Amino acid sequence: MTFLGWLTIFLFVVILTALAMPLGRYMGTVYAGERTLLDPLFLTPERLFYKIMRVNPHREQDWKAYAKSLIIFSVFGWLLLYFILRTQTLWNWTGLNPQGFHSAPWNVTFNTTSSFVTNTNWQYYGGETTMSYFSQMAGLTVQNFLSAGVGIAVAVALIRGIIGRSGKSIGNFWFDLIRTVLWVLTPIAFVVALILVFQGSIQNFSHYASFNGPTGLANQLAMGPVASQEAIKELGTNGGGFFNTNSAHPFENPTGFTNLLEMLSVLIIPAALVFMYGKMVGNRRQGYAIYATMMVMFLGAVCVAYIAEAHGSPAQHAAGLHTQVIAGSTGGNMEGKEQRFGIAGSALFDVVTTVTSCGAVNSAIESYTGIGGAVPMGNLSASEVIFGGVGTGLYSILLYVLLAVFIGGLMVGRTPEYLGKKIEAREIKLVAIGLLITPLAALFATALATASHLGRQSISAAATGPQGFSESLYAYLSQANNNGSAFAGYTGFIQPTAGSIGSHGITFANLLGGSTMLFARFAPILFALAVAGTLAGKKVSPAGLGTMRTDNATFVILLIGVIVLVGALTFFPALLLGPIVQGLTTHLY
Amino acid sequence: MALKRDIITSAIGILVLTLFLGILYPLVITGISQVAFPGNADGQKVYVNGKLVGSKIIGQNFALQVVKNGKPVVDKNGNPVTVPDPRYFQTRPSATVPHNNAAATTFSNLGPNNVATEQAIAANIKAYLALEKQYDAGLSSANVPVDAANTSASGIDPDISLANADIQAHRIAAVRHLPMSTVLHMVSQYTTGRGLGFSGEPGVDVLQLNLALDRTTGGQA
Repeated sequence: MTFLGWLTIFLFVVILTALAMPLGRYMGTVYAGERTLLDPLFLTPERLFYKIMRVNPHREQDWKAYAKSLIIFSVFGWLLLYFILRTQTLWNWTGLNPQGFHSAPWNVTFNTTSSFVTNTNWQYYGGETTMSYFSQMAGLTVQNFLSAGVGIAVAVALIRGIIGRSGKSIGNFWFDLIRTVLWVLTPIAFVVALILVFQGSIQNFSHYASFNGPTGLANQLAMGPVASQEAIKELGTNGGGFFNTNSAHPFENPTGFTNLLEMLSVLIIPAALVFMYGKMVGNRRQGYAIYATMMVMFLGAVCVAYIAEAHGSPAQHAAGLHTQVIAGSTGGNMEGKEQRFGIAGSALFDVVTTVTSCGAVNSAIESYTGIGGAVPMGNLSASEVIFGGVGTGLYSILLYVLLAVFIGGLMVGRTPEYLGKKIEAREIKLVAIGLLITPLAALFATALATASHLGRQSISAAATGPQGFSESLYAYLSQANNNGSAFAGYTGFIQPTAGSIGSHGITFANLLGGSTMLFARFAPILFALAVAGTLAGKKVSPAGLGTMRTDNATFVILLIGVIVLVGALTFFPALLLGPIVQGLTTHLY
Repeated sequence: MALKRDIITSAIGILVLTLFLGILYPLVITGISQVAFPGNADGQKVYVNGKLVGSKIIGQNFALQVVKNGKPVVDKNGNPVTVPDPRYFQTRPSATVPHNNAAATTFSNLGPNNVATEQAIAANIKAYLALEKQYDAGLSSANVPVDAANTSASGIDPDISLANADIQAHRIAAVRHLPMSTVLHMVSQYTTGRGLGFSGEPGVDVLQLNLALDRTTGGQA
């Protein structure tokens, strides 16, 4: 560990908070339909979109109508993406498939499509050996924007339910979606993409460039429109890399500065949404309480990961390597980490992308130490509420808030209420089921994959002992939480040469993963919208003496307790079998 | 009725949004990038005598093809068998096939508690010592820098640590008959700092350093 490593973590948190607060205020005005700075730029395109799509943005929707629009839109998104990916060579006339790559098989494409539509971006394929530029742009980039937009829309709808003053409406899905795309995602992605190119990311449509190095060895540089996709990949907490090694690839993440920029891009919207929430409910302290909850858990995770990775791994020590800091080297577990990021820049990136549903990686998580690897798994066990994905994080933690209010109410013997609205049996039932879907899906899929023959063929040969179990657990934790990061030795796609000819997918892993992602994305959305619907109709009663406050430190502690308890009780046994047992021993398997 | 309206809106919506976000947005970014930062947008390609030799920010394998009976030797998978070229600074170990393959990147995915990992690291230490120890007598496995023994994440890490470069400098100075101070000065010239002074770690860009060495000594040992 180094002073600069800790300083990086500290400054990151300061910069993030300083940027997220004004963005949250801005987003609040966007969804209220109030005037903003960017109106002159986007009001005309907005009207044009509504006109072409035949939408009346002022038509109020109840939760069922809202959900219906959302699901149908996602179905069409899924169908178009599947079509584009399966007909990759059909689009060669655009000139955007210079390597002439063929489509991946149906099962891999099913997984990939489900993955991008659910904001997961789990990848069994390697980008530079599978995808044409057309598939990356018109297929994957589009869903990077839209799946993020859908997530944010649900969060906005839930907030409207919470603040709704009688009535059933929770807003209009198309209004929320188009506003998110135009006012929030596009402008920030535009700026981030150009900064990335300025720093060294590539943005072109060229053939891969063959060359012979100074010693005569033949090699080839993969090319492509990387920066435009990289920007929204981080900003929309998507995480699907243009290249197989994701944000470790120098063309995706060229410098220490871009590493910082990408981490900020990942967390900026989830953090801003929390401040937006405080603004929209008319009590900023409610937002601060949730922000504090998230930040405490985030910092805990970062510290553990940094310390664990700086210590080094048992395999390094057994091989005779010394892992302490020396002049000119940070030491630590550098297996699967890039020199320009170092230990701190890798550990921080890892936590940033696993507390959110981003799942981008700038280092190989599978090579993290036992405890270092337990951190991202622990983050996933908390069901993406520590900032979480864009939108998904806020609506998920609000469900936890309602649960904490309910438990707190039981403890003090009062009718639980939140922001003046009574929390009754119906809401708690919806909340409880909504919160349990993701952990159950993760554990069920893991059990199926580890217990069956078909599941075990995905485990890599080098992953002996607990590592093999960790690979499987991580795969389904990640897909159920729509995260997308991986213990990447776990495989579902056998590809002997670039371009998918002669390749085949492992059907079991692709189908189980794909359906887990779809189920664990859309079922909680439905429950969150249903909660929004029932809350919208409730009368607001004024706060009395007996009202439990939800904007003070006591509540923050209660909320952290509830999140940790649910996550720990559900996942502790599984985590013990995999990463924790490795973290507690120096034994090699 | 509402269902039909949702279907029409969704079908049109996904198409126009694909045009806007999937075609227009990347094209505009490409257009601006190609005008404002053409070198970066195309990958910071480096040419020597008009021939492409790599990218400034992509690591490559500075090794020589092993030749036997006039034919290049390949392994059982058809990949070239190589030995490190002692005239050049060497990049970090790589899990790609062949090493530092910039068109098919991959992690090693070796676990922290696996025998396979220990063996791979031990082999990397051995190879490093075999190359460097004859020029730096005090070197032992205890002072091999971690980045020299662990594979990078991308498999094409362009950088090595300063500690790693300082050790290799002994070999470069000896093989190229250069004063140690000259080599170390060149190392510092191609050392990149931290982002904003704090983010990340300094690294030595191996390709640029090696090409500078070639310019100094004419590519000759």
